[in-house]
Amino acid sequence: MEIRKLKPLGYLALLVMALLVLAACAPQPAAPAQEAAPAEEAAPAEEAAPAEEAAPSGRGVGDTLTILYWQAASIANPYLSGGTKDIDAAAIVLEPLASFDENGEMVPRLVEEIPTIENGGVSEDLMTITWKLKEGILWSDGTPLTADDVVFTYEYCTNEETGCGSLTQFNSIASVEAVDAQTVKITFENPKPYPYEAFVGATAPILQKAQFENCVGAAAQTCTEQNLKPIGTGPYKVVDFKVNDVVVYEPNENYREPDKPYFSQVVFKGGGDAAAAARAVLETGEADYAWNLQVEPQILASMEAAGLGQVVTAFATHVERLMINKTNPDPALGEDRSVGVYVTDPDYCPEGFEGYCNVNNHPFLTDAKVVKALSMAIDRNVIAEQLYGAAGKAVCNVLPAPPRYASPNNDDCLVQDIDGANALLDEIGAVDSDGDGIREYNGVPLKILYQTSTNSVRQKTQALIKQWWEQIGVSTELRNIDAAVFFGGDPNSPDTYGKFYADVEMYTNGATGVDPQIYMSNWLCSEVSGPWNNWLGNNVPRWCNPDYDALFDELSATADLDKRAELTISMNDMLVQDGVMVPLVHRGSVSAYSNSLKGVRMNAWDSEMWNIADWYREE
Amino acid sequence: MGTYFVRRLLTAIPTLLAISFVIFAILDLAPGDPTGTLPPQIKMEVREQIRKALGLDEPFHVRYLLWLKQFFINEPLNIIEQVFNVQIGDSSNRLRVTSWSSRGKPVVDLIVERTPQTLWVVGFAYLLSVLIAIPLGVVGAVRQNSIFDQISTVMAVIGYSVPTFFTGLLAIVIFSVHLKWFPSVYNTTLKVTDWASFVAQIKQMIMPVAVLAFFQTAALSRYTRSSVLDNLKQDYVRTAYAKGFREHYVVIRHVLRNSLIPVVTLVALGIPQIFAGAIITEQIFRVNGLGSLLIIAIQSFDIPVVQTTTFIFAVLIVAFNLIADIVYGILDPRITYS
Amino acid sequence: MSVQSGTAPAANIELTRELKKPHRTLWGDAWVQFRRNRLAMFGLIILVLLVLGILLGPIFYRVDPEHIDITQSNLGLTAEHPFGTDDLGRDTLARNLYGGRISLAVGVVAMLIAIFFGTTIGLLSGFFPALDNPLMRFTDMMLALPQLPLLLVIIMLFRDVLRSAFGPEVGIFMLIVFVIGILGWMPTARVVRGSVLSVKKKEFVEAAVNIGVGQSAILRRHILPNVLSPIIVSATLSVASAILTESALSFLGLGFPPDVPTWGRLLFDGKDFLTFTPWVVIWPGLFISLTILSINFMGDGLRDALDPRMRG
Repeated sequence: MEIRKLKPLGYLALLVMALLVLAACAPQPAAPAQEAAPAEEAAPAEEAAPAEEAAPSGRGVGDTLTILYWQAASIANPYLSGGTKDIDAAAIVLEPLASFDENGEMVPRLVEEIPTIENGGVSEDLMTITWKLKEGILWSDGTPLTADDVVFTYEYCTNEETGCGSLTQFNSIASVEAVDAQTVKITFENPKPYPYEAFVGATAPILQKAQFENCVGAAAQTCTEQNLKPIGTGPYKVVDFKVNDVVVYEPNENYREPDKPYFSQVVFKGGGDAAAAARAVLETGEADYAWNLQVEPQILASMEAAGLGQVVTAFATHVERLMINKTNPDPALGEDRSVGVYVTDPDYCPEGFEGYCNVNNHPFLTDAKVVKALSMAIDRNVIAEQLYGAAGKAVCNVLPAPPRYASPNNDDCLVQDIDGANALLDEIGAVDSDGDGIREYNGVPLKILYQTSTNSVRQKTQALIKQWWEQIGVSTELRNIDAAVFFGGDPNSPDTYGKFYADVEMYTNGATGVDPQIYMSNWLCSEVSGPWNNWLGNNVPRWCNPDYDALFDELSATADLDKRAELTISMNDMLVQDGVMVPLVHRGSVSAYSNSLKGVRMNAWDSEMWNIADWYREE
Repeated sequence: MGTYFVRRLLTAIPTLLAISFVIFAILDLAPGDPTGTLPPQIKMEVREQIRKALGLDEPFHVRYLLWLKQFFINEPLNIIEQVFNVQIGDSSNRLRVTSWSSRGKPVVDLIVERTPQTLWVVGFAYLLSVLIAIPLGVVGAVRQNSIFDQISTVMAVIGYSVPTFFTGLLAIVIFSVHLKWFPSVYNTTLKVTDWASFVAQIKQMIMPVAVLAFFQTAALSRYTRSSVLDNLKQDYVRTAYAKGFREHYVVIRHVLRNSLIPVVTLVALGIPQIFAGAIITEQIFRVNGLGSLLIIAIQSFDIPVVQTTTFIFAVLIVAFNLIADIVYGILDPRITYS
Repeated sequence: MSVQSGTAPAANIELTRELKKPHRTLWGDAWVQFRRNRLAMFGLIILVLLVLGILLGPIFYRVDPEHIDITQSNLGLTAEHPFGTDDLGRDTLARNLYGGRISLAVGVVAMLIAIFFGTTIGLLSGFFPALDNPLMRFTDMMLALPQLPLLLVIIMLFRDVLRSAFGPEVGIFMLIVFVIGILGWMPTARVVRGSVLSVKKKEFVEAAVNIGVGQSAILRRHILPNVLSPIIVSATLSVASAILTESALSFLGLGFPPDVPTWGRLLFDGKDFLTFTPWVVIWPGLFISLTILSINFMGDGLRDALDPRMRG
């Protein structure tokens, strides 16, 4: 009986002890975390430069390079998979004709130089592009790379039954022909001012004809051996591929640069989660490189403080933005809600939209000043730093990169200005006349339904913006929809982003490559989303400006890169200043690598593995 | 006994067929499809072609019958061919159950590839937890309410109530980050060839095995304890004590034998779970065994992998149920099968 | 209500019970027995405290669990935030209180579903010999289905459908609870069936049959009360396992949406902050452990208290 009495106390004591153990090992690393934050900004840029000169001493002299991807690779053929993990696993082996470097500039891989109008590689009428392969490039099996392989790759991907994921890169090509063993000529169906899509970048590398000959069409899906162990021209070759687990590579002894690559083995390991991958590089030093570290900013900073490695970020064109509905989404309108086209010029109505122009305009969001006030109330830096950390920076442009396309004209939005926003709303007469804390615009209260997909960072962003908008007298209702539904494009669902049954919605969009032309076409009048195109149009704000369309037509006929940049910037400014979109955060990809790993040039325009041939170790 | 066994075996066949149908039907209801994980810029027509290339446009019964044929006829033939190194019919054109996400890798090969690490980690953890739990439970019951009993009870309940993703992370933070004793990434390409690689294998196993064993020991030791307690109160024990036998003798000769019968069956019934892998623990330590095979397949709607692995688990469960019954019959002479 | 009831004519049962008000009942005995078990009492007290805190806490502690305040992020224990705040300045105590409601609701509702199906099938199968074989074969088949994979597959498949029909929170709640319940009734059914089989052979049941009491009345009035104890024991244990399953689902990204804090979700979201702001992990972890600990102790205590053989 005596023992029994002690029991509850005994348990409590034990629990407390267990907790103490938990607590004791916990707070130690917390202290250095604060100092760590500034380190990540400085690191990446400086590290990139010395990669070229410092000569690694020869092929395969190094140890094992361990790369961690928390999503494991399932295939090494980028044409049959759209996943970055698979494209990157393949990029170690397969090479395109040209890659993009970390600044989005093209660099030749399998060719002597990038064809242009000046060097005659691109015809004056913009109808053809001719690539010349470098002499003496061998596949890892020792056979030579020829123009036939390039032609075969085109045939492979464009065969309907292959199910090729990079098909859009081969759009509007009339023919690909081998002029001679080293020369490939691509002819387009119509003039192509930007002809660098086919065979450029990690999503469209060259496959070996001899290996894949019997894998065209429906057979592509069953060529397991080929898809897992493609023969490439790249620095390494696959020796072991455990699907969804690990890929092991060894140096390609036929690689064109005799003293590269450095490592004797590359292990491309998958699984776990992002935080664990970061920990393995930054805290335990078990791995050399970790990809896509979507980890809370403070945690990443505290891990980096351990001093074993560094965090690098690269930004492409992805921007998290608010889309502003220029038409009225009032549920009372029933089927007609969010149906219509808001045209900036009241006398103009684009062809095919007769009867829809300016018939259902939004009661207050068509006023660019209201949108401007909403934008001014947002503290983008807080969102970027607190929610995205290294993976995001505040942005005011719809197209923030590459540098030559980034507009310098909108940067005033980077500073939050609640007072200014209030003053602006007062100025246009949107004041709170009935004293309920919500302003009215022409008698309509500024109440906003704000929707996005279900995702913890997005819900936190919503909560923050709601609080800021409250301070300028705008009331917000938040809504989140499962990503599969929101982005699903099912015309019967009321919750897709294309239907836009809300006043404001938020998601990320960006150009797929370096060239912004396709991306800028999203906001043409003809792209307005509505029942006429099953709500699959890209112009989700339903905004139509004939001046914008005119600029785009000019862009489509211009080949000169500087002129293209100029036009793009004007279009970007129009989108921002007309209140079509409110850009919030420029989203980048975050990786980490150990201090001993040299030569990494983090790249958002191409595969992160694009220059793995140059990586080496220096203790 | 023999006829009983045969009868059970025969009833297992319709059960398994029913299970395979249920699994296939549930998977067929899936609204998602394998092209769902592709990036959004890939056009609808391309997705349609991919689906067609995977044979998804066939009607339900055709796909189900095809799967049955592939699983019950083609795959066993392949195994026979590989084991005996013979050629049966046109084996190169024989359709096998293949994974979608890897575009054609046979599912059976995937399972074979991943079984070693699962057996090493999950199997070893199970063995360890059985070896720890039974003595723990027995001593706890015999010395009921002693300090030992109380500590082991509390440890058991903590082990049972703290999710493994938490204990796993705690172990990594302590033993990988701070002490740097063990690796946090399991290397599946490691082959044990010499002493050094054996040590490496042990080192990388320690944490996942410990985390799993902590969890499994909890439930099993509680069960053993209550089973022994039940028996300690039986009349035959009182009789034995009354006859003047020492406690040692009574416990080992009488109590243990009787109280371990249900424990042994429970252990047998738990074995299929080893093959189901330990999804969470595998993910934390990147063991990438059968558990992670399944979860990745589910996430990418790789239906053939989900269907086949789930069904193999079902086969194992049915098989071990049968084995447990037989073991029970052998251990407990009071049970007669008719 | 138990053993003695079968000996008197049915009409008199009510009468005798009315007259002898302070007699010993099964529940009275069990309670006396239960109170002697310190561990079980400890569990009961902790559980009552937890439930009271979760139900009444938000009435007194009026802090919005979703309110973000960056200036108050990563605070330790302060007067304003007794449990500290997370990386976005959300109040840990408010989130734990709110999360506890959902976690406990998941546990209890999933348990009710499992117990309902388990008891019904167990009773029918044990009482009606004609139903025994088909129902038990069905139970065997359900037992042979691999639980976790199926759980994941079903949630994966029906998540979107239910979400669009009932909204993200209610939809996923229904799904999780239903799936955990529907895959967890089989052990209860087996235990109940076994108990029914043994109770059915008892004299008082035979007596009731002989005096012409209807089958449903026998089932309701004589069998069910006598198999309550195994039902209650398995009920307590399935609450605990449902709470644990929910946290595992959160880990695999198949649980509640990220803006719904449950204990499992909080533990999962906070796990990477273990070395940084440990309080965001320790509280939900402690609550889950305490709940399961107390439920298990209570279950053990109930098993002993309701088992007449254990009475000294």
